[in-house]
Amino acid sequence: MDRREFLKLTAITAIATAGGISALEILRDKELEAHEAHTPDTKPLTAKRWAMVVNIRKFKTEDDYKKVMDACRRAHNVPDFGNPKDEIKWIWTDTFEHSFPGQEHKYMPEDLKHMPFLLLCNHCDNPPCVRVCPTKATFKRKDGIVMMDMHRCIGCRFCMAACPFGARSFNWRDPRPFVKEINPEFPTRTKGVVEKCNFCEERLAVGRMPACVEASKGGLIFGDLEDPNSDVRKVLGSHYTIRRKSELGTGPGVYYIV
Amino acid sequence: MKIYDGGKIFIGIIIFLSVATSPFLFNMGKATAKPDPKLDTPEIQKMKKKQCVEPKEFMRREHMKLLNEWRDSVVREGNMIYIGVGGEVYSMSLQSTCMKCHSNKKKFCDECHKYVAVKPYCWDCHIAPKEN
Ligand code: HEC
Ligand code: HEC
Ligand code: HEC
Repeated sequence: MDRREFLKLTAITAIATAGGISALEILRDKELEAHEAHTPDTKPLTAKRWAMVVNIRKFKTEDDYKKVMDACRRAHNVPDFGNPKDEIKWIWTDTFEHSFPGQEHKYMPEDLKHMPFLLLCNHCDNPPCVRVCPTKATFKRKDGIVMMDMHRCIGCRFCMAACPFGARSFNWRDPRPFVKEINPEFPTRTKGVVEKCNFCEERLAVGRMPACVEASKGGLIFGDLEDPNSDVRKVLGSHYTIRRKSELGTGPGVYYIV
Repeated sequence: MKIYDGGKIFIGIIIFLSVATSPFLFNMGKATAKPDPKLDTPEIQKMKKKQCVEPKEFMRREHMKLLNEWRDSVVREGNMIYIGVGGEVYSMSLQSTCMKCHSNKKKFCDECHKYVAVKPYCWDCHIAPKEN
């Protein structure tokens, strides 16, 4: 028994014996009710392997993209520095040519050539960022999410060099003054750490779909890759999809319907 | 007896003494003000049985370790639920659980921390409750 458990046990015993309050009484529903507000009221969403499908054909107007990116910004207190050099990217856009290098050619559909593609961390099967992190601040969860522990990040930026998708950003400046509207549910970051998309693990933990998926009205499909009945599997089984730089063998978990 | 340059020496000694004792003089009266963390937040006043997630004595001494435990449990193990001393269920969150009850950070956390001169860096990232 360690010190903590010992203290817990002595406290329970003390409460149970002293003052005529029985431990059972404390456990009664009424007492529990008083604390309900401190716990999420919904079950977490779980999966063997989380993955996303981007149906880029559903994104028609500038507003369709903006809604999705703003939802992420708000959910995670992502700052807006107003200049591309300091930009912090969780979900962003780029051209087909930059997103899928080597796949473009002269005769491809004109609209596709100029269309912005939504990009985010691919939550790879074999994430090179995890391999190079000297403090294990970046690690892969059992459900496939490549997660960052901000408390361990020392800002060495090896992960940024290792990521072939440019999915990681470094905080060159204190981000807090550049967060338009602080969301009190999520921490900001600080100068000197790297950050990226976390597949909204904090929302999944309380039973909510990722913020971008919720805002996309069907343009982004999210689910369990290992469950043949999941939405992502249904879409992947009925549409031709491509992934970014799959030839590198990192096993990206984000698929695109083009 | 004659002290050569006596005036200069005495002035030197006075300057030396005032510099050497200035930290003590400067802090006089301040150090004696014992911290008095306040528990009069709306959330705590609502509680029938006023208790923390663990016994008060434990919290006073070990809250920093408890927070580290919560942090690792949530971030690294994906576990959100903590069972308190009397079987109460809490979601392990600094911002949303601790600070919901202790919404008076300045009169509670900071009150003690100023006294012992610790400055937790948590608030560089975690959002402190709004206070006047
Ligand atoms: C449900 C409301 C509630 C929550 C949640 C809560 N506290 Fe408390 N806390 C209290 C109350 C009430 C007391 C006073 C307990 C007593 O007097 O026995 C207290 C006491 C304390 C004390 C001791 C204060 C003293 O005067 O010695 C510390 C330190 C503390 N809490 C820190 C925390 C931290 C850190 C967290 C989050 C891990 C937290 N509390 C979560 C209600 C809460
Ligand atoms: C009863 C006084 C008291 C109260 C109230 C209190 N603390 Fe502390 N706290 C301390 C002391 C003393 C230390 C320093 C311990 C040490 O240095 O070993 C400390 C240290 C910490 C640390 C570790 C800091 C570091 O740099 O190592 C954290 C984090 C912390 N407190 C969080 C909180 C939070 C959050 C609250 C309010 C909910 C709170 N504390 C309220 C007395 C208190
Ligand atoms: C560099 C920014 C940063 C700093 C500094 C930081 N945190 Fe965090 N912390 C985070 C982020 C980001 C999360 C993840 C939130 C999530 O996924 O829900 C988190 C999560 C946590 C959690 C679990 C979830 C929650 O909502 O509270 C605890 C507990 C926690 N941190 C405690 C601390 C303590 C104690 C300190 C100071 C000693 C600290 N953190 C300093 C960024 C930071």
